[in-house]
Amino acid sequence: MSLISVSKVKIGYNNIPVVDKLSFDINEKDFICIVGPNGSGKTTLIRGILGLIPVMSGKITFSLNENQIGYMPQETTVDANFPASVFEIVLSGSLNKPGIFYNTETKNRASETLKMLGISKLEKQSFSELSGGQRQKVLLARALMATDKLLFLDEPSNNLDQKSKESLYELVQKLNAEHGITIVMVTHDLDHGNLIGNKILSLAPKDYFFGTTEEYVRKVHHE
Amino acid sequence: MNSLLEMFSFGFMMRALIVGSLISLSAALVGTPLVLKKNSMLGDGLSHVAFGAFALASVLGFAPLWVAIPIVIIASFFVLRINENSKIHGDSAVALMSASALAIGTFIASLAGTNTDINSYLFGSILSVSETEVFLALGLFMTVIIIYVLFHNKIFALTFDEKFARAIGINTKLYNAIFAILCSVLIVLGMRLMGALLISSLIIFPTLSAQTIFKNFKLVTIVGAILAVVNFVLGLIISYLCETPTGATVVIVNLFTLVVLKILNRLIKK
Repeated sequence: MSLISVSKVKIGYNNIPVVDKLSFDINEKDFICIVGPNGSGKTTLIRGILGLIPVMSGKITFSLNENQIGYMPQETTVDANFPASVFEIVLSGSLNKPGIFYNTETKNRASETLKMLGISKLEKQSFSELSGGQRQKVLLARALMATDKLLFLDEPSNNLDQKSKESLYELVQKLNAEHGITIVMVTHDLDHGNLIGNKILSLAPKDYFFGTTEEYVRKVHHE
Repeated sequence: MNSLLEMFSFGFMMRALIVGSLISLSAALVGTPLVLKKNSMLGDGLSHVAFGAFALASVLGFAPLWVAIPIVIIASFFVLRINENSKIHGDSAVALMSASALAIGTFIASLAGTNTDINSYLFGSILSVSETEVFLALGLFMTVIIIYVLFHNKIFALTFDEKFARAIGINTKLYNAIFAILCSVLIVLGMRLMGALLISSLIIFPTLSAQTIFKNFKLVTIVGAILAVVNFVLGLIISYLCETPTGATVVIVNLFTLVVLKILNRLIKK
């Protein structure tokens, strides 16, 4: 079943398209990796789908509610002294649902999410004291509070060391395989040797590709 | 003790106490997101615009409050637009706006040769707080409290990560506009008491002080608000006893608090 259908969209900044005539579908339980060189429009595309920047032409059809989508933005730069506890940050992911205060159910869900990601002991810590890998897991937990269906991750492994990278990818794969969460992930540190996910969207200029990971590998080898 | 009782037997002292406490508390709460988002220059810029607007109004013979509030709100929207547009250097634009407004205000006031007391506008005057300001300050305070009680989670989300807040459907532009309006009103209301050059410190000090000790948003907000009121009342009392200008004394008490907390924090960490 298709969750989001993107049809011939043109997205860009200041009337200059970065992505043009792009079509693809996000189906339930997909794990789509968006690859492509810098400036090819990976982040722009995600921001367009999320409605953060206007779509210039084309159509995006949603078969799920807006408040069923989770998002982990590229590089959340936080001031070294910013006062924010891990729990405060994770809870804020649930703000896509109505209500003034966080109820017990939401708080329990936040605790469970932290547990699932193996970072329960960080709950009361200040975000600014965490390592890069821990921070990304906290932001992943926040994104999971917003959804149990569809997650957009924009270069979640940026600036992480190899070990933290692997641990994060492992978690994301687990979310997809065991919890049935559809994943759309922008990445540039996967080459065709270690691709993950079942589908690839490649935004190489003038040569868009969308298909299964096997097809992509075959195509790359063929070239 | 007697001099304290005597102090608050004066009507103008009571008004200064009420308006000052309400404004300090509101400024601390409105200031938390501004300071944490590194937007605190907004307050400084707007206070200079408020000075210009006051000078203009007094020369033209209009009620200063009703001229200054709309002008400062318009200026705050201007600053917001600059901040959203990454192509312009926001800090230089705000600095230019501040200096220009200050220059124009001084120019107008001297040209008209009126008995406008520029000094009291710049550094505040405890005698100038009117009854209207008491009611307006109360209204502002209630608005700020209601907004914080109802929306503190959303305020946290958009202060911490505006991109994410927008992605999950929080109307960040609306919140930014509301904060700009609140900031404008509190600067205009607090300016007569604290002075155009000193009012923005009420926005900045409490959050910075609270932030040295506390590491979560909720505590920083609450402690900042408490510190703001305590420091204002202390400053007011000291200024009465030592016969010093109120605005400057309040700023010095705030500065003292910040320095003491920073030192304590260093000592504890060692």
